Amino acid sequence: MSDRNTTSPQTASTAASGAQKPLLEIKDLQVGFQTTGGIVPAVRGVDLTLMPGQTLAIVGESGSGKSTTAHAIINLLPGPGRITGGSIVFDGQELSSFSEKQMEEVRGSQIGFVPQDPMSNLNPVWSIGFQVEETIRANGVATGRKEVRAHAIQVLKEAGLADADKRLKQFPHQFSGGMRQRVLIGIGLSARPKLLIADEPTSALDVTVQRRILDHLDIGTAVLFITHDLGLAAERAEQLVVMYKGKIVEAGPSKEILQNPVHPYTQRLVAAAPSLASRRIQSATLASPTHHLSDLDYAPTKVTEGLDLIAAAEERIEHQPKVKRPDAIVVKDLTKVYKIRGQGKGAAGSLTAADNVNFSVEKGTTTALVGESGSGKSTVAKMILRLEDPTSGSIMIDGQDVAPLKGKPLLDLRRRMQPVFQDPYGSLDPLRNIGNTIAEPLSTHKVGDRASRKARVLELLDQVALPQALITRYPNELSGGQRQRVAIARALALKPDIVVLDEAVSALDVLVQAQILKLLADLQAELELTYLFITHDLAVVRVIADNVCVMQNGKIVEAATTDDVFDNPQEQYTKELLNAIPGAGITLGV
Amino acid sequence: MSSNQTPPTPAHYVAPLEETPLVAVDAVKVGERPSNLWIDAWRDMRRRPMFWISSAIILLVVLVALFPGLFTQVPPNDDCQLSNSNGAPTAEHILGFTKQGCDVFSRIIHGTSTSLTVGIIVTILTSVLGIVFGMFAGYYGGWLDSVLSRAGDIFFSIPYILAAVVIMSVFSAYRNVFVIALAIGIFAWPATARVLRAEILRVKNSDYVMASQALGVSRFRILIRHVLPNSIAPVIVVTTISLGAAIVAEATLSFLGVGLPNSTMSWGNDISAAQTDLRTAPQTLIYPSIALSITVLSFIMLGEVVRDALDPKARAQR
Repeated sequence: MSDRNTTSPQTASTAASGAQKPLLEIKDLQVGFQTTGGIVPAVRGVDLTLMPGQTLAIVGESGSGKSTTAHAIINLLPGPGRITGGSIVFDGQELSSFSEKQMEEVRGSQIGFVPQDPMSNLNPVWSIGFQVEETIRANGVATGRKEVRAHAIQVLKEAGLADADKRLKQFPHQFSGGMRQRVLIGIGLSARPKLLIADEPTSALDVTVQRRILDHLDIGTAVLFITHDLGLAAERAEQLVVMYKGKIVEAGPSKEILQNPVHPYTQRLVAAAPSLASRRIQSATLASPTHHLSDLDYAPTKVTEGLDLIAAAEERIEHQPKVKRPDAIVVKDLTKVYKIRGQGKGAAGSLTAADNVNFSVEKGTTTALVGESGSGKSTVAKMILRLEDPTSGSIMIDGQDVAPLKGKPLLDLRRRMQPVFQDPYGSLDPLRNIGNTIAEPLSTHKVGDRASRKARVLELLDQVALPQALITRYPNELSGGQRQRVAIARALALKPDIVVLDEAVSALDVLVQAQILKLLADLQAELELTYLFITHDLAVVRVIADNVCVMQNGKIVEAATTDDVFDNPQEQYTKELLNAIPGAGITLGV
Repeated sequence: MSSNQTPPTPAHYVAPLEETPLVAVDAVKVGERPSNLWIDAWRDMRRRPMFWISSAIILLVVLVALFPGLFTQVPPNDDCQLSNSNGAPTAEHILGFTKQGCDVFSRIIHGTSTSLTVGIIVTILTSVLGIVFGMFAGYYGGWLDSVLSRAGDIFFSIPYILAAVVIMSVFSAYRNVFVIALAIGIFAWPATARVLRAEILRVKNSDYVMASQALGVSRFRILIRHVLPNSIAPVIVVTTISLGAAIVAEATLSFLGVGLPNSTMSWGNDISAAQTDLRTAPQTLIYPSIALSITVLSFIMLGEVVRDALDPKARAQR
């Protein structure tokens, strides 16, 4: 490992540093997981160097070893994980030889850690104040009730919790996801560590919240930032490390890597990241006099073929009908009110999840319904799919009001409109094989006989680019992206006109996401499908949608063509969402 | 790179491509054989000696119950001679004699079918009642859930042995295998119902249920096709273990004298009859007890193996 001919990151930096010693220096780190079949390597020789005060981001897909590397530093590897080789030098100490007791001294006081999931990392039975104060006491930062309390309030304020003094006595369930993550950041920083490890700290949060939280992370401490979003990494870190299959494939200054990715894997990531693609489209269309995506002359390279979002977007635009088509979906004054049990005696309240929603979707086009969690976008989708009954308002599908439909007419409607849901691991019945799953719509609607159904299933598998051999297999053999393909095949089985995609790509890794987006675009061109695309990710919208409806608190606050929304947003909220797309201020070559 | 910059700027490092060659994004790896929860569980169980041991014993017990004549030529009742009362084992009577001078081994062999029949009837009864109540309560929810679950709670609040003692005392004129099974089963099903209800509540909110709904599959068909098959695993575990418990319950009732009449051969009756002679003729008590223990233990062991094979959490730790 050490006799590489190429310049490795740590040799370059040690040569350059001279006066300043690196805070963290990892050399040839190897981590493996003990299984019955022997040790499975997860990290295979990682070198990285982090200087005091610097931010370094590790980027990679799930399974690339990025989180494992971070956990290995503070020896928090899950169950069967072991460091099998290499060294981790932190502030002059060799961490990999530390005992559990010595490690406890380092954790918290010298290296802070912000975990990924804010929902499960706070203990629900203790107050927020207690949990922060516990960390402060454990690390001996302050002693005495008053001092500890004052320090707790201070760190929470620094983490962006403005009214920390009032909220100390509250419990985790009284905090939103973003607030909890701030608390966790506060806990991570409470002992003034020299290094903060943040493992996908904002993946579970809305983009605007993500932005505000990351702004508070910028506090002069060295940060090791783990993320799957290349745009976010480049925006937040000076140094970038790209990991693939347990190895570093590219490392260096963020901007340089983004502008000039050399390794084909990095090139793929750059091409497939929605945040970067939307930024690139933005800068390119604004530069061109006509302002249109279709005028972009953009050719993907060989490595990024089929994964390049700009190319996919361009191709999609080309296939769009140039003439105005009739509306496939018209939603008028759609309202949904949920009755909720209030707190306190008999205080039953109501929640308006959708409030007089109006929009229409032209045949063969894609309309994106964008909003943050709780904005009501999924409720609208469920009402259109008739999985929820609207409180008032009408939904016209090809001119027919479908809201009051029941029985046979409703069954006929279901044939023409199909959903694809978010969670690839939940949307397929684990006990039914792929063939039966895709054939279920056919058997439910009594289409064809056994032989013709099987032929149709095979045809659908081809359409979504899955091997036909999968027909007798079960979902647990498939990856998330492949399951999502099966879900798409099932949705297409009855040859519907309308497909409702409810966060259908949100849970996927960027490369897989790009592949599925490309597949969706191809299918739309081939089958003239109408898409209603529900998403929280405005960046994805830029490459997939013709029209955008921005939702906030159950209302549509802005509706226009995608170009208009991006070039000329009218509402403050839309502007905030656009600004929150990571990768701002990074100049990229198209 | 300049060396007077702080922080220094490391060079742009690129790994040689051959070190980590690119693979196709999200390529499908089709395994050799199909796999799902049940197939995997079967493969897992096959590798465990405990599965084979307990299955072999259960199979043997079933054979004994069906064809007692294959295992002993000695009639259990007709050949009894009081001169042999509590007699020691001989070459033809390997486990000795009971107080009435009957062959202990023969009585154990011929009593097997009683114990097993009670166990099986109780299990069928508790599964059917438990599945019906648990399924509808969990799936349809609302007032139906309230009614069914409260009904279950009422039965659950009374220990089933106590309830069976009362029932058997009241119906003392009708003591037979079916009545005793009914008496045990009627109070034992809420445990199954609760397990299934909890599982159904979890499964019915899955996206695949919503996807089927959007396809137009009827609610009942979704329950039968998707929800029930995905919720049934814990019920199978509970059922296997409770089969053993039902056999114990029958023996307990017979031991207490409120079970089967003395004329019916059962392990419980033999143990009950032997208790007075524990000191003088321990074989009359010990051997039926061993038969009972081994049978019950086998069902419990099998239940444990099935649980381990079906529980993905236990699986991950191995």
